[in-house]
Amino acid sequence: MNRNILHATLMLLIGLCLVRPVWAELTIEITQGVDNPTRIAAVPFAWQGAGVLPEDITSIVSADLSRSGQFVALSERNMMSLPTRREQVFYRDWRILKQEFLLIGQISPRAEGGYQTHYELYDVFKQTLVVEGNIKVGRNQLRDAAHLISDKIYERLTGIKGAFSTRIAYVTVNRNASGRDQFKMQIADADGYREKTIRDSKEPLLSPHWSPDGNKLAYVSFEGRRPAVYIQNVGTGKREKVPSFRGMNSAPAWSPDGKKLAMVLSKDGNPEVYIFDIASRKFTRVTRHFGIDTEPSWSADGKSLIFTSGRGGKPQIYRKHLLTGKVERLTFEGDYNARGRLSEDGRYLVMVHRRQGVFHIAVQDLKRNRLRVLTKTHLDESPSIAPNGSMLIYATNDRNKGILAFVSLDGRVKSRGPAKFGDVREPAWSPR
Amino acid sequence: MQLANIFKVSLLGFVLATAAGCSSTGGGSDAGSAAVDNGEAGYGAGDRAALEAEERAAADAARAAAEAEQLLNITTFYFDFDQSSIKQEARAALEAHAAYLVQSGSNVVLEGHADERGTREYNLALGERRAQSIANYLTVLGVSSQQIENVSYGEERAASMGHDDTSWSLNRRVELRYGQ
Repeated sequence: MNRNILHATLMLLIGLCLVRPVWAELTIEITQGVDNPTRIAAVPFAWQGAGVLPEDITSIVSADLSRSGQFVALSERNMMSLPTRREQVFYRDWRILKQEFLLIGQISPRAEGGYQTHYELYDVFKQTLVVEGNIKVGRNQLRDAAHLISDKIYERLTGIKGAFSTRIAYVTVNRNASGRDQFKMQIADADGYREKTIRDSKEPLLSPHWSPDGNKLAYVSFEGRRPAVYIQNVGTGKREKVPSFRGMNSAPAWSPDGKKLAMVLSKDGNPEVYIFDIASRKFTRVTRHFGIDTEPSWSADGKSLIFTSGRGGKPQIYRKHLLTGKVERLTFEGDYNARGRLSEDGRYLVMVHRRQGVFHIAVQDLKRNRLRVLTKTHLDESPSIAPNGSMLIYATNDRNKGILAFVSLDGRVKSRGPAKFGDVREPAWSPR
Repeated sequence: MQLANIFKVSLLGFVLATAAGCSSTGGGSDAGSAAVDNGEAGYGAGDRAALEAEERAAADAARAAAEAEQLLNITTFYFDFDQSSIKQEARAALEAHAAYLVQSGSNVVLEGHADERGTREYNLALGERRAQSIANYLTVLGVSSQQIENVSYGEERAASMGHDDTSWSLNRRVELRYGQ
C-alpha cells in the first residue's frame, strides 16, 4: 500500500517534469544490447522510516544496469513476491520468472539525518548470497546510494568496475525568439538526472574537460568576444582564467596528475599545442609545424600526448613522446581522423572518423592496428570514454538536433537519448 | 553601421584625391603651363581637350571610387572544405580593404568560421587559419599586423542553419569587421 502511494507520487513528480533528466527521460532507449543479457530482479527496498522516500532506489539500480546493455531488469509488475529480508526469499518464485539474480534491501533513517541502506544480492540458481553491504548517505544523496549499489553489482557480476556514480559535463544551446543562441555548460549524473548549470553565456562555450579528481572543469568560453580557457570548480563555482593571448586559446586537456593543462594557442601565428603548468603559470610549446595542431589529449601515464594535425594534408592523429620529443602518426585509415582519446590502458584510441563523407565514431586497437567504426549515425562528435572503459558517450544528430548517445567500446551495446528541445553537444565523462 | 559609412565617405575622398593626383602627375606640369598660355589666347582647340581630359579624369576617379566602395561592401570571404587558401575572386576586394586600412590606420577583426562537418576544435583551428591567410594577405599589401586581430568561432556561429552543401559553403568564411 505504502509502496503504491510512493509510486504514484513518483509518477506524478515525473509527470510534472520535476525530475526530468536531460537525455535519459525515463528510459534511455537501448537500441542494441548483448545477446544474452543477465536477468536481474531488483525488489523495492523496505523503508523503515516515516513518510515517503524522495527517490525509488531500486528503479534507479534497475535503470543503471539496463542502460549498460548487459542486464535486463524485471519489472516490478511481474514479480510474484516482494521480499525485503533473506527469510522472505523463495528462490522458486524467481526461477519461474527466469531470473538469475535477486536484489533486496532495506533503507532506514539515520539519527543525524540522511539514510542507511542495506542491500543483498542473491544468485537464484546457486541459492547463495553473492554480495551484501551497507551504504550511508546524506539527506539529498539517495541517488548516490543507488548508483553505488549499481557499481557494486556490476563489478561483482562482470568483473569490471561500475561507472554509474560518475557525471557527464556537456553543452546545451538554445536559440531564443530573437535568434540569439544561449549556451550553457551543464553537469549531470551519468543517468542524466540532477542536471546543474555551471555557466550560462550568450557567447559560445565549448570543450569541457574534467580534472582527474573530478572536482574541476576546464573549458573554452568566448565571453568578451575572445576565446579563453577557464578552470571552474564544479562544487563551489569558483572560476579562474588561464592566461590568454591574441588568437586561439583552446582545447584544454588536464594531465593525469592534474598539475598541467595541454591546450592550443595561435599566438605564434598558427594553432600549436602548448603545456600550461598550473603552479608556475608557464607555457611550454609542444608542437612545431605550419599545419594545424590541436585537440591534445594525454596518455594515462602522462608520458605522451596525442593530437590532431593537418601536417599530412588531412587531419590525422599523431602522438608526441614528451621525453624523447619523437612524433609518430597513429591513424592511416581514412582521410579524416580527429579528436582522439586513449583508453586508460592505452590500448584503444577512440576518435571521429570519416568514411564515405560521413562522420562516425571509430575505435582503433593500437596493438593490432585495426580500426573499427562503432556508430552508424552521422555528424558524430566528441567521443568520451567512461572511466571503466566499458562505454563511451558521444554527440550525434537526430532530425537536426544534437543528442547524446552511448556505445560500448566493443560495439555490442548502443543506446541513445531522445531529442530534446535545443541542442546537446560535447559530452565529457567524469573520471570518477 | 554609421561608423562604417563615415569610413566609406572618407575613403571616397581618399580615392578621389588619389585619382586626381594620378591624372595631374600623368599630365605633368607642362600641360598646366600650356593651359595658362592658351588661356591668354582665348578659347582654343587645346582648351577643349584639356577640359575633356579633366572631365574624363573626374569620371575615372568617380568610377574608381564607386568600384572601391563596392569592393569594400564585400566583407565576407568564402573557402573550400578543409581549406584556408584565399580564392582568386576575393583578391580585388581584399586589396581595396588593404588600401583603406593603410590609409585610415583603423583596426579590423577577422572572424574565421567553418562548416559543421568535422570536430569542433579542429574547425576552430581551421577558422583561425582562414583568418590568418586573410591577415597575411593584408599585411603583404602593407597593413600593419597591429591593426589586425583574428578571432575564430569555428563552427559555433553558422551564417546559414541548413545541413547541406549550400549552407556549408556559406558557413566556411571569414568575416571582416571594422571598428571593434
